[in-house]
Amino acid sequence: MALSDKDRIFTNLYGVQHWGLEAARKRGNWDGTKDIILKGRDWIIEEVKNSGLRGRGGAGFPTGMKWSFMPKQASERPHYLVVNSDESEPGTCKDRDILRHDPHTLIEGCLIAGVGMGAHAGYIYVRGEYYNEHLILQAAIDEAYAAGLIGKNACGTGFDFDLYVHRGAGAYICGEETALIESLEGKKGMPRLKPPFPAAVGLYGCPSTVNNVETIAVVPTILRRGAAWFAGFGRPRNSGTKIFCIQGHVNKPCNVEEEMSMPLKELIERHAGGVRGGWDNLLAVIPGGSSTPMLPKSICDDVLMDFDALRDHKTGLGTAGVIVMDKSTDLIKAIARLSKFYKHESCGQCTPCREGMGWVGRMMDRMVEGRAEVAEIDVLEQVTRQIEGHTICALADGGVWPVQGLIRHFRPMMEERIAAYKARSAGAAPVALAAE
Amino acid sequence: MAKVTIDGIEVEVPNGASVLQACEAAGVEIPRFCYHERLSVAGNCRMCLVEVEKAPKPVASCAFPVADGMKVFTDTEMVRRARRGVMEFLLINHPLDCPICDQGGECDLQDQAMAYGGDASRYKEEKRVVKDKYMGPLVKTIMTRCIQCTRCIRFATEVAGTAELGATSRGEHMEVGTYVEKALTSELSGNLIDICPVGALTSRPYAFVSRPWELQKADGIDVLDATGTNIRIDTRGGEVLRILPRINEDVNEEWLADRGRFSFDGLKRKRLDRPWVRQGGKLVPATWQQAFEAIAAAFTAPGAKLGALAGDLADVESTLALKELMASLGSNNLDCRTDGAAIDTSRRDFYSFNTSIAGIEEADALLIIGSNPRTEAPVLNARIRKRVVAGGFPVGVVGPQGMDLTYGHDWLGEGGATLRALASGAHRFCEVLRTAKKPMLILGRNALARADGATLLAVAWQIAAFNGMLKPDWHGFNLLHRFGGQHGALDLGFVSGLPMAKMLTGGVDALWVLGADGQDLSAVPASTFVVVQGHHGDAAAARADVILPGAAYTEKDAAWVNTEGRVQLGFQAVHPPGEAREDWKVLRAASAVLGKPLPYDTLEALRARLVSAYPVFAQGDALPRFACTDTTGPAGDISGLRDDALALPAGNYWQQDPISRASETMAECARTYAAPAALAAE
Amino acid sequence: MTEHHEPTSFAFDAESNAAIEQIVARYPAGKQASAVIPLLYIVQKQMKRMTDSGWVPRVGMDAVAARLGMAPIRVYEVATFYFMFNTKPIGRFHLQVCGTTPCWLRGSDAVLKACKDAGGLKGYGDTSADGNFTLSEVECLGGCVNAPILAVDDDYYEDLDYDSTVKLIEALKRGERPAPGSVIGRQTSAPVGGPTTLLDVAGE
Repeated sequence: MALSDKDRIFTNLYGVQHWGLEAARKRGNWDGTKDIILKGRDWIIEEVKNSGLRGRGGAGFPTGMKWSFMPKQASERPHYLVVNSDESEPGTCKDRDILRHDPHTLIEGCLIAGVGMGAHAGYIYVRGEYYNEHLILQAAIDEAYAAGLIGKNACGTGFDFDLYVHRGAGAYICGEETALIESLEGKKGMPRLKPPFPAAVGLYGCPSTVNNVETIAVVPTILRRGAAWFAGFGRPRNSGTKIFCIQGHVNKPCNVEEEMSMPLKELIERHAGGVRGGWDNLLAVIPGGSSTPMLPKSICDDVLMDFDALRDHKTGLGTAGVIVMDKSTDLIKAIARLSKFYKHESCGQCTPCREGMGWVGRMMDRMVEGRAEVAEIDVLEQVTRQIEGHTICALADGGVWPVQGLIRHFRPMMEERIAAYKARSAGAAPVALAAE
Repeated sequence: MAKVTIDGIEVEVPNGASVLQACEAAGVEIPRFCYHERLSVAGNCRMCLVEVEKAPKPVASCAFPVADGMKVFTDTEMVRRARRGVMEFLLINHPLDCPICDQGGECDLQDQAMAYGGDASRYKEEKRVVKDKYMGPLVKTIMTRCIQCTRCIRFATEVAGTAELGATSRGEHMEVGTYVEKALTSELSGNLIDICPVGALTSRPYAFVSRPWELQKADGIDVLDATGTNIRIDTRGGEVLRILPRINEDVNEEWLADRGRFSFDGLKRKRLDRPWVRQGGKLVPATWQQAFEAIAAAFTAPGAKLGALAGDLADVESTLALKELMASLGSNNLDCRTDGAAIDTSRRDFYSFNTSIAGIEEADALLIIGSNPRTEAPVLNARIRKRVVAGGFPVGVVGPQGMDLTYGHDWLGEGGATLRALASGAHRFCEVLRTAKKPMLILGRNALARADGATLLAVAWQIAAFNGMLKPDWHGFNLLHRFGGQHGALDLGFVSGLPMAKMLTGGVDALWVLGADGQDLSAVPASTFVVVQGHHGDAAAARADVILPGAAYTEKDAAWVNTEGRVQLGFQAVHPPGEAREDWKVLRAASAVLGKPLPYDTLEALRARLVSAYPVFAQGDALPRFACTDTTGPAGDISGLRDDALALPAGNYWQQDPISRASETMAECARTYAAPAALAAE
Repeated sequence: MTEHHEPTSFAFDAESNAAIEQIVARYPAGKQASAVIPLLYIVQKQMKRMTDSGWVPRVGMDAVAARLGMAPIRVYEVATFYFMFNTKPIGRFHLQVCGTTPCWLRGSDAVLKACKDAGGLKGYGDTSADGNFTLSEVECLGGCVNAPILAVDDDYYEDLDYDSTVKLIEALKRGERPAPGSVIGRQTSAPVGGPTTLLDVAGE
């Protein structure tokens, strides 16, 4: 069931070995890259499709299909590969390890992806806070250039491929692919209206594909070991291996590459030393980064960690950032803090998100205190519905889902909090609300 | 074309049209705030959400392209919920201060709230307060009302070409402004007030002046430049309170320049509101009869040589009346070129903007000679910019170096030498023009106001002819006039006999000056009897022997011809002040006292006479597209062109005519923009 | 405009200019606006070199606009949109406490308290009287399995608690710069006590 080390792609996940080219080659990176490239664009796309690889950045879109949207006919407009390394979803820190410990998996992946989409240039957009990580990535790119692996006649294939690092500067929204493109063009990171989609009009108005770091970095190994190998892990439509970030109230928080579809409980107990105070001390888990609605323990007991199983429970695999909360957790506060995050990170473009996130955040702050009416839980729920699905991008959706998850599973806790506040303030000074 | 069904109504719209446009084609109104058809699509307000069959979520109709067979629903529960939701969000941080808001009664937010707003707020948190921003003397800001639709930002960046507005910070802290506080530098800034859908950007001069339902509206024509912008004049109790643009796609689209919008307070100041007659060297108040009698004495004196000038702001009808009065008195000494521009009236296309304003969009190369269209005709300049932004429109300039036209241009040189090279084909820019299919040039009228003006005109024409601008299906020669009365007077042939220079220096014994209040007549010898008919006590009045108070452009029904040669009618919005009267009536009355009564007693009769004598006025405001079938140019000895630099009109943009010079608002603009250093201290 | 003092001029120095050359070359001809974020970093860095306070004054934004041929307002928009540009002067060290849920669950409140106590700071937004520290709350730093995290300028200090945070700040005051990373000696993102995986891999 569990993945064995020989099937792990990120064999230097923890940086035990050096990130540099020499060590990377010993780990198997850049092995037979030329042969892979020479098999050509169609073969690469077909193989990636067959592997069942779905995007690792949160949305889980089939990668091979995404690449196939790039125009086949050459035109005067260049194609661009854009790698999304703006990793900013709370609970997510997997790309960081790839950048700083296994950068050559990514660089090799960029070259192959470039071939797969006819792109001769790629930009890796690294979140601004990953300063040290970006230095390592840049150094690894410099090594790859020096070794002739990328640049003119990359790997001796006749294919030219340039790769650049571009640093962001602190904006979660730039993880949205069109906001990232805007940012890369030197503008505010405000998502674009779609259509047109980046494959038609992307970076600099040219056909572009934006992929997550992990998505790109697993590609070389998939192509070396075969689509069937990768597809052999996990349940159908949920194939492959995946880096999970297990954190919060576990005994040993860690990143780990595991097989898809592993039960959540096994994942936590096998790799993260179990829930603090034992499994029965578990209250809830946010399974896939902050945007995914939380699951109460009852569901956590046997849920599988993959796209479909989590979707069936009205949540998602997201970025596979597993945030574990034990019974000591003030869940309302935990979610209120996420609401604050989304309020802070809303770009401000769309009315529902710009205005709604502040409203939700302020109501959530009152819910933490219990300074509200029970009926306001319904108002809160309605406001999240008014936001969801009414904006240009999915930030707003991801921003309200945690609140919806809280209400769905822990409404009685919110009502108790309100009752307790009322009890405390009964006979005392009038509630501040009444004065407004 | 794509067939789209909107609420069961089938319409055909072009491929690439938006769902919103398809809805409009089907007669289904879609609420919107950020969408503006003349700006790029932002899609941020989310008010225009509709349901599209098979789409899981509502889509922003302004941005969503139609597809053949698409079914759109605009009145489903999904749509209603979406709109109510967006409206609620827009209102939670809005101050709801409609009673003290100048936008009240003509506010998109107010109107849409009537349709989609709730009756009570569920928002119990503290509302956002945003600091107001200083944007100069014209645009007032109340930024807490801003709904962040970004129309103003897009207007400034895209249409005006002065990228100084932006949205700084992000999320709920996003604020629209200039960041570094400064007065907006666009001559089109007033349009920001119109496009702001709420009361965030309002008119500073109009602040707390009136409510829209109190206003009477009259359609007018802006004459303070030669674009011929269609305007609406809003009045209350006989006073002009504001001026707004009307839509005319061929002329001004829906824009209006700031001078035309904001200088109307000058209509109340320095007015000539009664007749005056000079007695014993001093002007004294007189009756109309006394004034006419004094005129009669001078103009009917035996052997008196007579002349007349028609100025920049003279309307067509009174100019005709003056011309015919002079003819009946036996004089053909007429000149309407009060700026001294050497205009050749022998052919209309020698002095017209032949390409037409809308035609600029068809052109593919432009040469500007001796003009700054940004300050001479801001709305027309916006059309040039629109064409530049569309791409493939090289612009060359002969004139002062370093002008900020709001678009990039290739500065070719400052004067005669460059023009000679362009006319002979020696200049590198000739290659650009000659490879273009529809090249055009714009010649600034002011450039012709010099001793070798006729030569310059001939050279400009030759440049046009030599560089492929004059073709049987394209006319790329354009003269850019500066005021609303200039082209019409030329059309009436108000250029004959003695030229102005002679008339001003003793060439005539009696001189009638119409609509040229700003004309400097100080050099006119005492022996010349001067009648000044106009509305402002500006330079001309000082030298008048008789002053006849006339009507300003807002105060009369009159025809105006814009720089394109388009004849447009303006209507009386208010009565002239005091004893002042509409100008043609003044002339008609004077003609009776002079014993040569003009043969028309009504404006209709005068216009019938106008149309029969000058058929060009029969076309109404329709403008035939001009072609050039005869490339023979205006007379002029090309070899005589001097090397002098071409001169632009003197003075600042805001004060160019007697009305704007009398305007306090324009004076404040002049002070503000002349001394940016003082601003920084604020 | 604001309470702090804005310099009246800014010019890129030789070091900045050399870096700018390299940066601008990464983007296609005519797309140099792409370099706006990198150039704002250059300004911030140069200010740090010049004044020991890494921030972006308005004249610095103007210099970026001029260098890249952009309208200044477009640069103001960018500089105020992205959180990492300090539009006001800051202290010698920028203490950035991650307060988002993953770090909060692991004790970021204690990190915050330690910063206040040891750094002499009243709260977020404050700069210590000695000019050493400016305290900011930042959103998720993307190091969640090593929570809680304090970023000092560009370096992450991980797996902190109250005492280790105080120790770190005291070291900074002494002019020391402890090595970034886990303060409890963990191998980066591996579980405490050693990995459960990657025990048998190829390589060095």
